[in-house]
Amino acid sequence: MKGNEALAEAAVRVGCKCYFGYPITPQTEIAAYMAKRMPTIDGGVFVQAESEIAAINMVLGASASGVRAMTSSSSPGISLKSEGVSYMAGSDLPGVIVNVQRGGPGLGGIQPSQSDYWQATKSLGHGDFQILVFAPASVQEIIDLTVKAFDTSDKYRVPAMIFMDGLLGQMMEPVTFPELKHNQFDKSWACNGHGNKRKHNIINSLYLQADQLESIVLERYKRYETIKQELHMAESYLTEDADIVVVAYGATARIVKSAVVKARSNGIRVGMFRPITLWPFPIQEINKAVESCKSVLCVEMSTGQMVDDVRLSINCSKLVHFFGRTGGVVPTPMEVFNKIVELGGVN
Amino acid sequence: MAIVFERPKSLLDVSTSYCPGCTHGVAHRLVCEIIDEMGIEGDTIGICPVGCSVTAYDYFGCDMIEAPHGRAPAVATGVKRANPNKFVFTYQGDGDLAAIGTAETVHSATRGENITVIFINNTNYGMTGGQMAPTTLPNQVTQTTPYGRDTKIAGFPVRVCEMLATLDGTALVQRTALDSIAHINDCKKAIRKAFKYQQEKKGFSIVEILSTCPTNWGMTPLESLERIKNEIIPYYPLGVYKDIDAED
Repeated sequence: MKGNEALAEAAVRVGCKCYFGYPITPQTEIAAYMAKRMPTIDGGVFVQAESEIAAINMVLGASASGVRAMTSSSSPGISLKSEGVSYMAGSDLPGVIVNVQRGGPGLGGIQPSQSDYWQATKSLGHGDFQILVFAPASVQEIIDLTVKAFDTSDKYRVPAMIFMDGLLGQMMEPVTFPELKHNQFDKSWACNGHGNKRKHNIINSLYLQADQLESIVLERYKRYETIKQELHMAESYLTEDADIVVVAYGATARIVKSAVVKARSNGIRVGMFRPITLWPFPIQEINKAVESCKSVLCVEMSTGQMVDDVRLSINCSKLVHFFGRTGGVVPTPMEVFNKIVELGGVN
Repeated sequence: MAIVFERPKSLLDVSTSYCPGCTHGVAHRLVCEIIDEMGIEGDTIGICPVGCSVTAYDYFGCDMIEAPHGRAPAVATGVKRANPNKFVFTYQGDGDLAAIGTAETVHSATRGENITVIFINNTNYGMTGGQMAPTTLPNQVTQTTPYGRDTKIAGFPVRVCEMLATLDGTALVQRTALDSIAHINDCKKAIRKAFKYQQEKKGFSIVEILSTCPTNWGMTPLESLERIKNEIIPYYPLGVYKDIDAED
């Protein structure tokens, strides 16, 4: 199954009732799949919005009424959604946003990229807030993390992003859809009509008194601390005895893995660390993975964004090198292998 | 003693942020009278975006959502599509609906979203202190048109009802005013019809309400009512621009 379509099907199976989208390459298969699929499920809603801005606000509305909702886009479209994401975060609304990244800035290109890392993990919109960011590296993982994204977004009342790239979106792999237990989450806050049985609910991000807004934001940051304790996912591959640990996420991690295998067969002690949650960044896991290595190499399809988090997470305890291709250029395993050799990993 | 006049139940007993003499209060009251008459407070979700009425979530007794500037019709689309049997209304000002939210307004109308839009037109941005709105009249002085709106520089006002009435998705498009008892009564009838059409799943309804802004117009409340009658209604004629039932 194709990555984009697997994501859409997983969303439907985990109870997403509303999809609002807008065409943009390379994520349009998600919208096309939802247009076919949503009318076949009870209460399923598909709307092609007039803009990315409208689409995220439709998600805001559906989510505010207590219904699971999703939108998907690619880099330039995500910039347009940032206003709505900030309002959702400020209103403690769940909701899933998919970014199938392409090269930027501006209209950029349509080839795979990872140059929206900062946007996703640091500042997807104005104000003090965070969203959950999941970075799958296979089609099966796209399915598993889509399920996780909906559940954790509801659990913590924080928007969640499935963060991938054109390569993963277009990739075809065999998959299995897991048996899902449909977790129930408290939605007593939802605006879906009080039925004269309770006081009216208000979904809002406006607080005109500075000290009130401060306490609301600080309260939210307490929740973020809980999330940091509870939600951190990563994969470590051959890191135990590694002299060099290569850090990469998403599709890049697959390329890195090939390079690591080649390097190992050349007698080089190298391993790979792959963050699966990008926010929260898996700090404990990366510290464990790099514990006994001599140096770290971060590989990204960007000019170097995650590398900041790598350095911060390990408190610059190791020398962190960087290798990246950008603009839609996908690094080859050979390029990464050569970089590993260059770093002195030769036996 | 018999009570002959009281606050609608769905209009909460709280003080509002509106200036003295502003007709937002009258418009709120009319919406709530209809909600009470139809007995739908428990089944209604209201959406108020940025503008003077952004804090209206504290005034309406039904469930309330605050939307980003201009995005109320998109938010309403999300709520209504997810809850097709609930009543959904937006309450928007002119800057919100006809400038930053024009795309959301036009497209929710042309999709025929089964929602009710209450559109307050007071010919300026009230909340930010009286700047030019898309509906500001030619030659009208505002903070950002200090020499009067020069249409050669600032362009012409938008007539929202005339524009939306051309769209097939609209069920009711009507312009009303709050400058006289007769017009207030007409306005209430229009709001009732808009909610009734929503109940009957007829599609998109908008009731434009010509409203006062004494503070930013620099007028007394009475002068403001006179301005609606003498200056604003001539540019924005009252009436029904589209009524899907009248066409049958």
